Amino acid sequence: MLPGPGARKEKNVDIVVLLKQVPATESLIQVADDGVSIKTEELKWVINPYDEFAVEEALRIREAQGGSVTVLSVGTDKAVEAIRTALAMGADTGVLVNDPAALGKGALATARVLAAAVKQIPFDLVIAGQRAVDADQFQVGPAVAEYLRIPNVSMVIKTELLDGSIRCHRTIEGGTVVVESPLPMLFTTQRGLNEPRYASLPGIMKAKKKPLETKTLADFGLDAGALEGPTARIRALSPPAERGGGRIIEGESAAEKAAALVKALHEEAKVI
Amino acid sequence: MDFELSMDHEILRDSVRSFAEKEIKPVAQTLDKEETFSYDTMAKMAELGLFGIFVSEEYGGQGMDYLSYIIATEEIARVDGSHAATIAAGNSLGIGPLYYYGSEEQKKKYLPKLCSGEALWAFGLTEPNAGSDAANSKTTAVLDGNEWVINGSKIFITNGSTDISAGSTVMCRTGSREDGRPELSCILVENGTPGYTAKVMHDKMMWRSSNTSELYFEDCRVPKENLLGKRGHGFYQMMETLDGGRLSIGAMGLGGAQGCLDMTVRYANEREQFGRPIATFQANAFKLADMATEIDAARLMLYRACWLRDNEKPFSKEAAMAKLYCSEVMYRCANHAVQIHGGYGLMKEYDVERFYRDQKLLDIGEGTSEVQRIVIARHIGAKCL
Repeated sequence: MLPGPGARKEKNVDIVVLLKQVPATESLIQVADDGVSIKTEELKWVINPYDEFAVEEALRIREAQGGSVTVLSVGTDKAVEAIRTALAMGADTGVLVNDPAALGKGALATARVLAAAVKQIPFDLVIAGQRAVDADQFQVGPAVAEYLRIPNVSMVIKTELLDGSIRCHRTIEGGTVVVESPLPMLFTTQRGLNEPRYASLPGIMKAKKKPLETKTLADFGLDAGALEGPTARIRALSPPAERGGGRIIEGESAAEKAAALVKALHEEAKVI
Repeated sequence: MDFELSMDHEILRDSVRSFAEKEIKPVAQTLDKEETFSYDTMAKMAELGLFGIFVSEEYGGQGMDYLSYIIATEEIARVDGSHAATIAAGNSLGIGPLYYYGSEEQKKKYLPKLCSGEALWAFGLTEPNAGSDAANSKTTAVLDGNEWVINGSKIFITNGSTDISAGSTVMCRTGSREDGRPELSCILVENGTPGYTAKVMHDKMMWRSSNTSELYFEDCRVPKENLLGKRGHGFYQMMETLDGGRLSIGAMGLGGAQGCLDMTVRYANEREQFGRPIATFQANAFKLADMATEIDAARLMLYRACWLRDNEKPFSKEAAMAKLYCSEVMYRCANHAVQIHGGYGLMKEYDVERFYRDQKLLDIGEGTSEVQRIVIARHIGAKCL
């Protein structure tokens, strides 16, 4: 199923970017009347910020090596705007999997759909955000790599393309680790990888003429039954409790204030 | 009726907003304080494609509609008036007349560099003694063999004297008409032409990091071919150019008002007095509601005027109305914004202080609010002089 070396030109790197449209981080999030979802009517939708790093890195690699960048998303009609934005940034092709049966089934089902879609595109590299900032599950990227049976490197802050392989710098607790992986492979992005470019006005005009295909599960030989339902169900959703007002510790001297603070932390807050 | 913007307009707005927030907002206050035109932000705006927005691709433009240009200007004005002024004057006044009235040769010669933002072009209309009475310009151009000889001066000319200013479209008296009134024509003058001096004007109250110039012509000779369009058409060209320019001034009012509202909602929700956020007091919340309502009306009015223009329908009255209304909405919004910021609103540390100053130009530039009212009154059949 995987593309062989013959499927691509020497040196050219064909890249698939996995992209999710999410509510803008500055949006006012409100719980919907059903108590298990959020109100979406008035939300502003954007490209998941970690996926923006993925688009930018793909464009930089293509600019340096030659090749192509395909943006792939699972979503509804409104996700077209996110894909068009990526095309305006400079990606070559967009693919939207728009099928009600593919939605709302959880991260692993999404990963299966994405993997099936990636298999139809010649690729050397798949780049995904480390997580989507809406559900924060960190699952889709690595799961796609598993379904594709290719190596996965997470939380990458720097890449160096070598001959037939890639060197990735990834963050770990208190430092970075450098790993090399043969192509094809998948990596996920971490803040610091790059500074995404703006969609320029000429870019927006060029994007109008770029191909943007819409596909359904049937195009990948998947049927709705093949996708298991979500592995977790949301029982209730509530906004975090509002922060109470602060309290100023009174006292004559610094030492007295410190003593009062320690007492409050120990006896009232019970944190020390 | 369809009030929904196209997806491309939404993408454009998001991109320009994000650019303005990250590249212009952090430097706007310092540039204003130091009264400095920034070549750095100019280059970044050029790279984003903010010049030549409505010019066809054939001349290096972006080939977008006028509404796209207006949305881009609005979003830049939402964070800074000076930068929006550079764009509005660059497009409407610099590029516009060359694009609409220039010969093929003139367009090929000038537009590509103006659309790429490598160079700026100015529009010389106002004179020390000809402001609202623009038809009474004193600058003269006399044909001497194959050259125009220009004498006179222009004032308050945006983008005229930067290091990258390539020239100006100058309205001159080229003779007298049969009815005895002056014959006005537009002539292109390149910076560096002997006899032409462009001088930066300092100590402005507003738009302090945009470039404002005085232009002086002393026996300045330019080739006969530098005439823009037909001889005697200068005044009509200027009036048409201002119709479009008014939309961009409207965009500056709209964007500036939106910037005032966004900053003030945030501030009013954070600032506490009497133990609670000041937005909880109706005296403040009602001001915010009034601002939002007026901004919505201004936006509908301005976008409708753009729609008329993009659909090649008459839009002169609507452009004057939109310019007038958007300017006055920003005046009221900047006033409320400073009021809600209280003492802090009077300090340069807060952007609303700059917005309050920048706002005033909009009532004056490209036709004062009084002139807009004359234009509107005449359009509705009032016998206004």
